[in-house]
Amino acid sequence: MPSRLAWPLGLTLAGAALVALPHLLSFSQQEIAVFLLINVLLVASYRLLTLTGEWSLGHVVIMGVGGYASALFAKLAGVPVPLAMLLGAGTAAAVAYVLSFPLFRMKGFYFLIGSFAAGEVIRLLWIKFRIFGGPKGLKLIPPFPDLGPIAFFDPVNYYYLCLVVVGASLALLYRIEHSRIGLTFHAVHWRDQLAEAVGVDTRSYRTLAFVVASFFAGLSGALLAHYIGTVNPNRFDIAQMVFVLIWVIVGGTATFLGPIVGVVTLTIVNEIVLRQLGTDELRPLFYGGILIAAMLFLPGGLESLGPKLVRRFGRGRAASTPLEPRPPVKSRGYEPS
Amino acid sequence: MLELLLQTGVNAVYAASFMALVAVGLVLIFGVMGVINFAHGELYMLGAYTVVYVYADHHLPFPLAVAAGLIFVGLLGIAMEHALFRPMRANPLGGLIVSIGMLLILQAAIVAGFGVRMEHIPPPHQSAIPLFGLAGVTIPLQRLITIGAAVVLLGGLWLFLKRSRFGWALRACAQDAEAAALQGISLNQTARMAMFIGAALAGVAGALTAPLVRTYPYMGHPVIVTAFIVIIVGGMGSLEGAIVAAILYAFVSTFVTTFWDGVIADIVGLLLMLLVLVVRPYGLFGKPERA
Repeated sequence: MPSRLAWPLGLTLAGAALVALPHLLSFSQQEIAVFLLINVLLVASYRLLTLTGEWSLGHVVIMGVGGYASALFAKLAGVPVPLAMLLGAGTAAAVAYVLSFPLFRMKGFYFLIGSFAAGEVIRLLWIKFRIFGGPKGLKLIPPFPDLGPIAFFDPVNYYYLCLVVVGASLALLYRIEHSRIGLTFHAVHWRDQLAEAVGVDTRSYRTLAFVVASFFAGLSGALLAHYIGTVNPNRFDIAQMVFVLIWVIVGGTATFLGPIVGVVTLTIVNEIVLRQLGTDELRPLFYGGILIAAMLFLPGGLESLGPKLVRRFGRGRAASTPLEPRPPVKSRGYEPS
Repeated sequence: MLELLLQTGVNAVYAASFMALVAVGLVLIFGVMGVINFAHGELYMLGAYTVVYVYADHHLPFPLAVAAGLIFVGLLGIAMEHALFRPMRANPLGGLIVSIGMLLILQAAIVAGFGVRMEHIPPPHQSAIPLFGLAGVTIPLQRLITIGAAVVLLGGLWLFLKRSRFGWALRACAQDAEAAALQGISLNQTARMAMFIGAALAGVAGALTAPLVRTYPYMGHPVIVTAFIVIIVGGMGSLEGAIVAAILYAFVSTFVTTFWDGVIADIVGLLLMLLVLVVRPYGLFGKPERA
């Protein structure tokens, strides 16, 4: 098949499948499909951040900032919900911009831990101050308004809403990554000194990636808040961040589709396999095992399986993008004592 | 008021000793292997659960339970080094990620074995010792033992690192692993030793404090957050820095908790860390990274 036709055709087929999907699912599965779409946006935005080489542990908290802010705009200020969602996403981006000043003085491990600490500070502020509802969080968040006969408390309709919002966001993220700016992100990651030498302000590109990624994370948080009607600090804790890491790593981060493949695959496995096993508390055992197995045996993630299979069975030429190996992080001269 | 200040100071010394045990192990592992062990809080938790199993469930003597915690968690550390961190040696971020996987597995294993409820551990020592001749200032014997054990263990570690050939080898690996390997130092052996010591220190800290804290499967989370703050403030890879930062953090945190409340103390601690990172992005005792 000529590759010029393959993409539009594939997208059309995938779109048709996604539109038909909720009608093939049970009610609880429809709800899971809504959460899955929200998580897809979350991991896709996370990938934009990792493009510049920095791994944050605060991304889920930033998602929470979007949820809290959108809920507060709608609840206290009476802003219409669709506008509140955008304002919530904007707030997440603004918070990220402020955080970028201390955080981007750090790199590598220090950034990782610094972002974790910044996220914990925000969570503790939610717990501490009454306007955020304390440990129990915000309740009775206004739902998305009905559009004529379409009521959005129905998961099928909310699924379609999410499909539109997430689809548009993914298209934007994809365009950003493949624009000149996105290429500069790659340069900042792989050749930061060279990039600086030719006049790229690496710091401001890192900040830009962080702010844009946070905007879309905040949007996913807003989508979540107005669907379930409540947000609380535990929903955005480090355990959730660990799940995001697992999705992203199991899927792989070298391509745009990698993290999305990861979250979709693991959610399906989770719902089909683990639901049969029962016991929620043993689920981390499975996730921990999968994470370790992926790191040891499939360092390129699920995305690396595609090209491998294509090569093995020789159907057409190998996929377009060769996977760039991840160079080891440079040793930083640790000296105990 | 003086009594309250003194009592809070005594409590802070206890908190510092226990934090230093956890943080020094974390720094040692990071220094020698270049891995941030996210599962360190869970190693601490396992030390506490060894005491639950040996002392509370099987009624064996408490010191035996502490020794069992040291050995068991230390050996688990060696197993983790061998199975997880060694294959990831080329990629330090990989080590961090597999340790997150290990964290989930250890938590789930303890939940499966003991349940999520809090464990009750009968205190091995009831008595409290008055200090400074003031009635209002006391220290429970169990806390005093923890402080003593921390001083002895950290002192022993310092002697080991400075005086023994093996300690030299560890420090050499931490400075420059490649050059150390060229001098005939076995990287695998030093990594194993560092991991054993680091894990065992966390296990001992958990075992000693098990009767004093709430023992439940997720008790490692606040500990690892604190340990991160401590090693960042001290400068990653600096053992002295970790000890100084543990003392600093323990005093700030204990006094703020006593005079305001615990959540404010956590916020202050995290802001302290962010402040240190902004002023000195490599910590108080760290060195600027070589590009």
